[in-house]
Amino acid sequence: MSESNMTQPNFIELTEAVNREEHEFADMASRHFKVRAQMALENDTLRASFRGASDFLQAKRKSVFPDQAELEDLRDRGEAARQRSLANLPELLELLETNLTANGVQVHWAETATQANQIIHGIMAANNAKTVVKGKSMVSEEIELNHYLEARGIECLESDMGEYLVQLAKEAPSHIVMPVIHKNKQQIAQLMHTRATTPDGEPVPYSEDVDDLIGNARAILRQKFEQADVGVSGVNMAIAETGTLLLVENEGNGRMSTTVPPIHIAVTGIEKVVRSLTDVPELLTLLPRSATGQLITTYVNMISGPRKADELDGPEQVHMVLLDNGRSKMFNHPDLKPTLQCIRCGACMNHCPVYARIGGHAYGSTYPGPIGQVVTPQLDSAGGLGANGDMINACSLNGACGEACPVRIPLPTLIRKLRAESVAPVATQHDGTLHANGAGRNRRMKEALIWQGWSQMHRHPAVYRLGTRAMTLGRALMPGKLAPWTNTRSMPKPAAKTLHQLAREAGIASSATSTLTGKSTRTAEAKS
Amino acid sequence: MAASGNTRKQPRSYPDVPSRIYLMGTCLVDSFYPEAGMDAIEFFRQQGIEVIFPQAQTCCGQPAWNSGFEDEARAVALTQLAAFEADIPVVVMMGSCTGMMVHEYPVMFANTPHQAQAKALAERTFEFSEFLINVLDVQFENIGHTNSSGAGGDSVQDSVQKVALHTSCSTRRGMGLAAEHMALATRLPDVHVVEPERVTECCGFGGTFAVKQGDISAAMANDKARAMAATGATVITSADCGCLMNIGGTLDKLAEQGECQAIPVAHLASLVKNAMDTSKVVIGRHRSSTEQPGEEGAQ
Repeated sequence: MSESNMTQPNFIELTEAVNREEHEFADMASRHFKVRAQMALENDTLRASFRGASDFLQAKRKSVFPDQAELEDLRDRGEAARQRSLANLPELLELLETNLTANGVQVHWAETATQANQIIHGIMAANNAKTVVKGKSMVSEEIELNHYLEARGIECLESDMGEYLVQLAKEAPSHIVMPVIHKNKQQIAQLMHTRATTPDGEPVPYSEDVDDLIGNARAILRQKFEQADVGVSGVNMAIAETGTLLLVENEGNGRMSTTVPPIHIAVTGIEKVVRSLTDVPELLTLLPRSATGQLITTYVNMISGPRKADELDGPEQVHMVLLDNGRSKMFNHPDLKPTLQCIRCGACMNHCPVYARIGGHAYGSTYPGPIGQVVTPQLDSAGGLGANGDMINACSLNGACGEACPVRIPLPTLIRKLRAESVAPVATQHDGTLHANGAGRNRRMKEALIWQGWSQMHRHPAVYRLGTRAMTLGRALMPGKLAPWTNTRSMPKPAAKTLHQLAREAGIASSATSTLTGKSTRTAEAKS
Repeated sequence: MAASGNTRKQPRSYPDVPSRIYLMGTCLVDSFYPEAGMDAIEFFRQQGIEVIFPQAQTCCGQPAWNSGFEDEARAVALTQLAAFEADIPVVVMMGSCTGMMVHEYPVMFANTPHQAQAKALAERTFEFSEFLINVLDVQFENIGHTNSSGAGGDSVQDSVQKVALHTSCSTRRGMGLAAEHMALATRLPDVHVVEPERVTECCGFGGTFAVKQGDISAAMANDKARAMAATGATVITSADCGCLMNIGGTLDKLAEQGECQAIPVAHLASLVKNAMDTSKVVIGRHRSSTEQPGEEGAQ
């Protein structure tokens, strides 16, 4: 046991520590991307949390995909399943609405985040509902539902353990599957002790024991489930043919929030629809394995409507809010459409070396990591490429995310494409093709001129040779420092002579034409 | 590069040992590691393969392409299409530029008059270790140097170099050539390949990423450099000079601060050239069989 457990922790000191973390979060959230990243890099506790989590989750995933060939087959099938759904998206959404309605689920369409919030608030107002208990839902984070409802006097309580802790801390999730992954055990113990109260109104006793922490939260949440007017949840898949909402989770809070309160409101993005129950196994095989390294989640909920007349349990009303918020633009974009294949497993962030260094909050968006870099600029509510220009540059294009993605989203290619959109010249923005939000917003005169100059030099070999020659001749005059490179690295020195020079001096042929026999060395097969 | 890594590795068809090849030095080798290019040229010539080094070559265009300046990149790529026009295999000194030419050129020139030319160039372009393993099937036979254990011997002897191999992300995930890379390193005589912790993780270079997101890049480079130093390697090798410049430069700085020993870096081609002094090089021995020699080094 740690020292803090042996001595009586000082409530005031711990409260100050928790308040300090809240302040740090708020401070970080108010900064620009680069400052946030720098703050995260300098925070050793945070670095250790994310490094540990990345290593652990990568190993877990690896352990459930022992056979590489089988994994590749599964990924093929997962990709095909998602692409099948997207190929028929408009039709499947109509089918989903028809069958949900037939099952007694009330379907609502929201084009914007605000509309989604208004719809949910409207349902609550019509039923005089005052309290919400929430299962985990990233789309509710995307639309900032808690904020919207709390401003209208409605109490929202997160019931997923991680989300509950994040809410207590007055922070935001730092990971889409493991929201509180940025905090260590001590920080969580302090948080529970200073900010949570037992159903009897007492402070939760200080403990770093995981079972204690979960037990204490469960006692608090159980009471809230029984009292809540409305349960809000997300959806992992919406099955069109049967009008079924599928929700996976590990804590039982998803089942509680969708069955105990009299009204259940599900909110999700329009891309989550699949045609039939036969699409489910492929994706359900990949989702928990990729997310947490589990073969299957503890709970798999299949919700097909409200309580029927002869049934004893379940909500009296079930509502489904289907959100666009930029998704139909992604659907129509020829290059960015694969964004919608995502099943929100988080494997890309678990494998991203940048995420492992800076963590989720540095991105400043609902969705962090590689998929966050791709989704965020395309969401109508997130400010487009103009507000997210730095985020898309925070990628070394190393491909670890693309390799981990269970549905083969070409994440690095999409990030590169978004960079191209973000610096697109004005002329191409009016060429009749669809562009991502804020296309061209990060085109800076200086950078454009640098690349134009670079391009001129490298498209004219004689100019290039002259330029590189000049660099080698002037190597003694090169500056010893060139930030940011030399802040942490030595200055690379040009060689005395370029390879072009050395090859020429060694008499290496420059052209094939003089000796070209016309006879190919290639195999016939390779030419086809 | 854009090592997307999302797709399956597509099987490539390899030619028989050609009588001549093009060498694409790449801009980084050209100005900063030209000895690696000359080492490669000498190796090929000693094997009786004529090397053509087009003086019209410049850069594959990747820096602009990855920064989103597609038109600027395309114009530069066009220069390479012209420089490597004849139907001769192109051996590229860096994996990242190979990925650019093999995977991105066909995308870049899709629906343009150069589409077919770009596709043909992509098919006959090979990364250095890919070419040595899958086309030449290079073997090093020890010719009675002080250590006679032969290539790939199990025991680590005094004169054996401890080499830390860094396979770049574009070589590993973009091109799917980690096995070929490892095969070439392990076939070298008197070389013991050591593996750093988190061997598959990016070193933090990423081209303009190192400038645009300097702090994050530096943090990644620092971790990679320390992992490399922890192996006790006497030399760090790769076939990607951006990574070498990044890792080696960070190690220099750490050594300056007394945090670790400086470790020299060398392109794989330079290690191959060194091996020629102590070994007899045999090429093309197993080309008739259908097996892919690169499989032996698969991890």
